[in-house]
Amino acid sequence: MKPVRVIEGRAVPLERSDVDTDQIIPSDWLKRVERTGFGRGLFSEWRDDPSFVLNDQRYVGANILVAGPRFGTGSSREHAVWALMDYGFAAVVAPSFGDIFRNNSSKQGLVIVQLAQEDVDELTRLVKEDSTRLVIVDVDQMQVEVPQVDWHRSFALDPMIRERLLYGWDDIGLTMRREASITSFEERSTAPTLEGVFDGAGHVIAR
Amino acid sequence: MAGQTLFEKIWNQHVVASPEGEPTLLYIDLHLVHEVTSPQAFDGLRLNGRGVRRPDLTLATADHNVPTDPISTPVKDPVSRRQLEALEENCREFNITVFPRGHENQGIVHIIGPELGVTQPGMTIVCGDSHTSTHGAFGALAFGIGTSEVEHVLATQTLPQQKAQTMSVTVRGKAPSGVSAKDIVLAIVGRLGTGGGAGHVLEYRGEAITDLSMEGRMTVCNMSIEAGARAGLVAVDDKTIDYLRGRPGVPEGEAFERLAEHWRSYVSDKDAVYDREIVIEASELVPYVTWGTNPAQVVALDGVVPSPNEFDDPDERNASERSLDYMGLAPGEPIRSIPVDVVFIGSCTNARIEDLRAAAVVARGQRVAPGVRALVVPGSHRVKRQAEEEGLDEIFLAAGFEWREPGCSMCLGMNPDQLGQGQRSASTSNRNFEGRQGRGGRTHLVSPVIAAATAILGHFASPEDVNG
Repeated sequence: MKPVRVIEGRAVPLERSDVDTDQIIPSDWLKRVERTGFGRGLFSEWRDDPSFVLNDQRYVGANILVAGPRFGTGSSREHAVWALMDYGFAAVVAPSFGDIFRNNSSKQGLVIVQLAQEDVDELTRLVKEDSTRLVIVDVDQMQVEVPQVDWHRSFALDPMIRERLLYGWDDIGLTMRREASITSFEERSTAPTLEGVFDGAGHVIAR
Repeated sequence: MAGQTLFEKIWNQHVVASPEGEPTLLYIDLHLVHEVTSPQAFDGLRLNGRGVRRPDLTLATADHNVPTDPISTPVKDPVSRRQLEALEENCREFNITVFPRGHENQGIVHIIGPELGVTQPGMTIVCGDSHTSTHGAFGALAFGIGTSEVEHVLATQTLPQQKAQTMSVTVRGKAPSGVSAKDIVLAIVGRLGTGGGAGHVLEYRGEAITDLSMEGRMTVCNMSIEAGARAGLVAVDDKTIDYLRGRPGVPEGEAFERLAEHWRSYVSDKDAVYDREIVIEASELVPYVTWGTNPAQVVALDGVVPSPNEFDDPDERNASERSLDYMGLAPGEPIRSIPVDVVFIGSCTNARIEDLRAAAVVARGQRVAPGVRALVVPGSHRVKRQAEEEGLDEIFLAAGFEWREPGCSMCLGMNPDQLGQGQRSASTSNRNFEGRQGRGGRTHLVSPVIAAATAILGHFASPEDVNG
């Protein structure tokens, strides 16, 4: 994961609530075994509609998505995060998020900015008023800013997620520091294993 | 000190490390894998020269992508075929037991775990699929994860986790006859909304829940995620133990009885305190149908399509306008008057033997309405064989239903079973999102008996309507 400290760019307002991960990337795209190239599938059910906001010339190149409440609910597909990032988004601002989507985002470095509904509404208004306004998401300071109108709001980040974003740490590498604890847990554990249940071809071994 | 909830008991028993200022490192007892959310995780392992720590705690099956045509027909879509092959290759390379398409144990991942008895009380279970909550019916802490987390579990058999909050969801009293597990959970999701369970593990309690069979409890836990919850749980009782006795994954004789005694500890203590509690009166429940494009948009089968004006919250009003537009419905239309093109009985929510039995009772001696396509897709080969032994396949076929091979099928538009543009379905699956069952498809979520009755009459209906 690449480190993320400050995201500077422009924002696009989605103005829809309950955008589930099926909307972010339809399941037809999930057949692929690659991790790249999902940007073309982002919101693909809506992309044909010329009035869809991502087709609005004023917002081309925006890298911050401003969304409605309950963004990213539903399916656990990490492809939703890959699609948003592959398209060019580096942060999503919304009043609330699906839990699994939020988790997945933190693993990939997509910054999740949760603000109160009225703050999201204000930010939406600001970027609709003038789509060229610079918007800054500062992970280090945990702030969103629109400097032109001196608008800034703080947001919360889990301290560990913030560190990982700032330093681009790999989760698995961090866990592997706990190797001794994992091994000692396994020595104590009495949980069943699949050994002796199935043979090499996956058939149940008769007892 | 207050007692512990079921969630806290399982959580505490799986803490590997809880370093200051970091998430808890939780041990995972069982990792279920399928073809869609795993290829990039296996790639990550190879890229970093890492192995699978515990292949003996990992089990894989093909489900999302498999066509439900006869097994002898090849997988036509080359992209799907490649993904199915990748699962087999990856499992072979990393020494993981895998059930490919057509294997006697193959089926939807959340159906096969319980039926093979590898899902057991007190376990932590994860899978790269949000409906992993299903396994909570056994008093196991089971939740869905993303592909990065799949890779993390493959490599370390652990997951860094923030502890969830707990919510007690009591369905008080006896459910009226005609109200199924699906109706109970649709009512709960309707009450909580799609975000109401966020950050929480739900524990389902009350007579209407304990009265349910294990299959019914799985249906309820399955849809916990539709209320935004991390997981759902039901405490262990005799039904849990009776269901597991004799299954391949559990020991036999004395050893089983000793294990079963231990499992009985997976209940919340009487004085346990939950972060939130809600109570639903079972007597008020009826059969439900979803009318919109999220699973919380629920209405009684006896009701009418709601008007956006009924919603005070401007967001909900906007969302409902958009939903009605997508669904091609007008406020005030009686639900029973809405005709359907397709009926789908299947999915990890409702494709177990009991679901098929219930639907078959309604279908017996009837005919599917002209112009309606009705599919029955058993959740696994084991379910399919059992149903065929009971003659359910013949009942469905005689009534004009299709009897198909196991898989996720029309629950999600990833395999050839899809709705066409503008087609309307009555579906026993779990999500009515826009395009979920195929681009432009319109999904109404219902129970198996409502689905079967709807297939026969061609519009939303109850079994009583069929028998008139």
